[in-house]
Amino acid sequence: MSEKIKLGRPAGFFDVFERRPGAIKKNMHYCPGCGHGVLHKLIAEAIADLGITHRVVLAAPVGCAVFAYYYFKCRSIQCAHGRAPAVATGLTRSNPDDVIISYQGDGDLASIGFNHILQAANRGENMTVFFVNNAIYGMTGGQMAPTTLPGQKTQTSPLGRDVLETGYPIRVCEMISQFDAPVYVERCALTSFKNIMAARRAVRKALQNSMDKKGFSLVEFLSGCPVNLKMNAHDMSEFIETKMTKFFPLGVYLDRAAEREPIVRAEMNYDADKIKSLLYPEEIQSELGDYKCSSPVFDKECRVKISGFGGQGVLSLGYILAILGKQRNFNVSWLPSYGPEMRGGTANCSVVFSKSHIGSPEAAENCDMLVCMNQPSVEKFLPILKAGGVLVYDSSTVKLPEGAAKDHYVYGLPASDLANHLGDLRAANTVMLGAIAAVMADNFLDDADKANLDTAMIEAVREMFAKKAKAADINIEAYKTGKEKIEFKSVPKA
Amino acid sequence: MNRTNRVLLKGNEAAVYGALLAGCECYFGYPITPASEIAHASARLFPAMGRVFIQAECEIASINMVMGASAAGKRVMTASSGLGISLKQEGVSYIATAELPCVIVDVMRGGPGLGNISPEQADYNQVVKGGGHGGYRCIVLSPGSVQEMCDLTMLAFDLADKYRTPVYVLTDGMIGQMMEKLELPEPRPRRMPPAWSLDRNVSADNWISSIYMDPVDLEETNRRLNRKYDEIREKEQLVEEFMMDDAEYAFVAYGIASRMARSAVDELRKQGVKIGLVRPKTLFPFPENALRKAVKNGVKQFFSVEMSNGQMIDDVRLAIECARPVALINRMGGNVPTVEEIVNRTMDVIKGGK
Ligand SMILES: Cc1ncc(C[n+]2csc(CCOP(=O)(O)OP(=O)(O)O)c2C)c(N)n1
Ligand code: SF4
Ligand SMILES: [Mg+2]
Repeated sequence: MSEKIKLGRPAGFFDVFERRPGAIKKNMHYCPGCGHGVLHKLIAEAIADLGITHRVVLAAPVGCAVFAYYYFKCRSIQCAHGRAPAVATGLTRSNPDDVIISYQGDGDLASIGFNHILQAANRGENMTVFFVNNAIYGMTGGQMAPTTLPGQKTQTSPLGRDVLETGYPIRVCEMISQFDAPVYVERCALTSFKNIMAARRAVRKALQNSMDKKGFSLVEFLSGCPVNLKMNAHDMSEFIETKMTKFFPLGVYLDRAAEREPIVRAEMNYDADKIKSLLYPEEIQSELGDYKCSSPVFDKECRVKISGFGGQGVLSLGYILAILGKQRNFNVSWLPSYGPEMRGGTANCSVVFSKSHIGSPEAAENCDMLVCMNQPSVEKFLPILKAGGVLVYDSSTVKLPEGAAKDHYVYGLPASDLANHLGDLRAANTVMLGAIAAVMADNFLDDADKANLDTAMIEAVREMFAKKAKAADINIEAYKTGKEKIEFKSVPKA
Repeated sequence: MNRTNRVLLKGNEAAVYGALLAGCECYFGYPITPASEIAHASARLFPAMGRVFIQAECEIASINMVMGASAAGKRVMTASSGLGISLKQEGVSYIATAELPCVIVDVMRGGPGLGNISPEQADYNQVVKGGGHGGYRCIVLSPGSVQEMCDLTMLAFDLADKYRTPVYVLTDGMIGQMMEKLELPEPRPRRMPPAWSLDRNVSADNWISSIYMDPVDLEETNRRLNRKYDEIREKEQLVEEFMMDDAEYAFVAYGIASRMARSAVDELRKQGVKIGLVRPKTLFPFPENALRKAVKNGVKQFFSVEMSNGQMIDDVRLAIECARPVALINRMGGNVPTVEEIVNRTMDVIKGGK
C-alpha cells in the first residue's frame, strides 16, 4: 500500500456525480476546508485500493454527509438521523460478506443516535464506523453538538458552552473502547499532512477489519467546519490541534482485531422440507380416525373457565381441552390470562368449543362450566357461571362457602390430594380433567360420544406430553382417577 | 414419519409461522406485552433456519434494522404494540418513502399513554392513516382469527413486495394471545433479492434514499406514491360479508370486535332484526366498495363496532359519503364488548330511530 495520497479523483468515486441535482456534477457539495471532503477522499481511495467496491454498502447519516451517496461508487442507503448503526446492523446481518460503512456526524452519532452506536458496538456488529467530530451541527447551521468544547460559541450556546448547564463534551472513543466486543477504535485529526496520513491508515485498517469480518471498528476524525465556526483554514487547524485534541486526545484506543476470529454467521436455509419439519408437528394417528363428536350441545358455544394458582397446571389443563377440540375437529379457542394478571400467583384460562362460529374466546359471561382449583377462583368466577351451569372444584384446596353455587350443578373431588397420592402433585390438573370428562358424560354427551370419550381424552393427554412418555402415563393414571373419584355434590335449588 | 399441517397456535405464534412459510429471512423486535410471543417464537424458529433474529435496543432501532435488511433484499418483519409502534413511525415514513417492502405486526393494547396490556383497537388512526410524518400510507390487514394471523401475514409479504411498501398486520392482544387450530399453508419458494435492492448480485451501485431536496422532485415522488395508493385502493380491498344479502342494518367491525359482532348478528337475527356484518380484512384500503354496495342494497343504518374512541367510524362515514347514519358501539381501555352489550345498544338505536 503506497503511503502517498494520489492526486486527482480517487477511483472509489463516480467519475461524474450524476445523482447530484443541479448543474454541478464534478464537485462535492461540501464547503471549502470541510473535513467531510477530506475524509471522503481517504475513504474512496481506500475502497479502490483495497479492491472492495463491489463489497461496500455505505449507510449515510443525516448531517452534512447526507448526500455521501452522490459520490461513492458503491451501494448506499440514506438513513434517518442517528439511525445508521441500526440500518447497518440490518445490512450486515442480511449479507454478512458485505463491508458496511456507517458514516456519521457528532450530532447524529453522539446525540440523537447515541444508543444505537453503543448497542451496535456492544453487539460487535461487523461494520466500520467513520465518525466525523466537528464539534458542531454543521448541516442545521451551527448549533451546539455533544462534542462542542466548553466555552465554544454556537447558535444555541451564544455565550459559549456552559458545562454546568449543558455538560461536557462526550468522548466517544473512550466510551466505546470500554466494551468487550469492538475490535478497533482510533481517533485521528484531519489537519496536518502527518495527521491525515494517520487518518488514511486508520481508514484502511478499519475497512480491513470489516473485510476480515473481525467485528466493530470505529474511527473518529476531528474535523473542520470553518463555515460554522467562522474560522479561516489556519485557525481551523489550530483549533483542532490545540483545543480539540486537549479534550479529544488522538491515538489508538483499542486494537485487538488480530486476536479475534472472524465472525461466522449461519447460512440461511431455504429448504421447504426443513421448514416443514420445523413447523409441522408429527402426525398422531387416532384410534378414532376422524371421528367427530355428535352431541348437539356443541352446536353452539360451550364456554369453560379454568382457574387456580400459577403452577397448578391451570393453563395446561385448558390446553389439553383445546387439543381435544382440535383432534375432534371442533372449533376451539383457548385464551390465557397474561401479563400482570399472572403475577401474584393466580392464573386462569378460557376454553370455548363450538361446531360453528366462536365469538369471544374469553369466557367472560354465561359460562357453561367453571373449574376451580383454588379458593379465590370461586369468589372471582362463580358470578360468571350461568344458571344451570356446572361447577367442578378441587375439594383439597377449595371449601365451598355455605349457600354458594345454589343455581348450579356442583361436583367436587380432592384433586390435589389424589395427585399427591399418585406421587406427583403436578398431575392435579389431569385429575381435574378426569372429573371434567365425567361431568361431560353425565350432562352433555350423547351415547356415541360417551363411548369414545376416554379414548379421545387420553389421546389429547398423549399429544400434550408427546415427547414425555412417562409423564403421559402418570397423567393418564391421574385422568382415570379423577373420572372415578368425582363426587356429585348438588343440583340447582330453583 | 408423517407430519400434519393442522396445529394449535397462539395468534402471535401463527404470525411467525406465516412469516417463515412466506420466506421471511429476518426478524428484529423489542419485547412488549401483548406482542412478545412473536419475538419468543422468532428467537426460537428463525435461527433454526439460519435466519436472522435480533432483539434490538428499542423499537426505533428495530424498524431501522428492518429498513437495512429490506434494502439488502431480504424479506423482513418486526412486531410491537401501541407505544412501540409510536416509536417506529419515523422509520416507517422513511421506509414507505424509500419504497421498501416490510411487514409490521401491531398487537394492539390499551392506550393512550402507558395504558394497559389488555386488547384495544385504538392504534387504528396511527396505523391506518399513515401515522408518521408526511403523506404516506401503508397497507393494513386485519385478521379475525388465528388462521388469518398466519394467512394474512403471508399475504402481507406478497403485498409488500408487489407494491414496495410497508404492510401492517393490525391485530390486538386477544387475537395475539388466544390459541385456535389452524391449517398451515405450504411454504413458499424463496423470494430472490429484487433488482432495486442492495444485494451485490443484483447491482454494484444501487442506492436507496428518501431525500428529494428539489420541491419539484419531492412533489413528483408524492404523486407517484399516491398513484400507488390509488391502485391499492382499487385492487386490494378485502372484506368478509356475513348475512348481508337482505340486511337492513349492518355492523362494521374488524379483528376481535368482529367476532362479537358476528355473534350479535346471530342473536339479533333470532329476534327478527335483519342485520349483517361487513368485516374489513383490509383497513387500508378500506372496503369502500362493500359498504357502498350495502347502501345500494338497502342498509339504512350502520354501526361501527370498535374497541376505540370512534376511529374507524370516520372511514365508514367517508366510504358511504354519509348517505346513512352510522352509530358507534365501542368499548375502550382494554374492555372487549360482550355480545349482549352489542345487541342491547343496537336495539336502543334501532328503537330510538323508529
Ligand atoms: C429527527 C431529526 N431531528 C432533527 C433533524 C435536523 N438535523 C439535521 S442534521 C442535524 C445535525 C447534524 O449534525 P452532525 O451530526 O454533527 O452532522 P454535521 O452536519 O455536523 O456533519 C440535525 C439536528 C433531523 N434531520 N431529523
Ligand atoms: S457546514 Fe461545515 S460540516 Fe457542513 S459542509 Fe460546510 S464545513 Fe462541512
Ligand atoms: Mg457535526
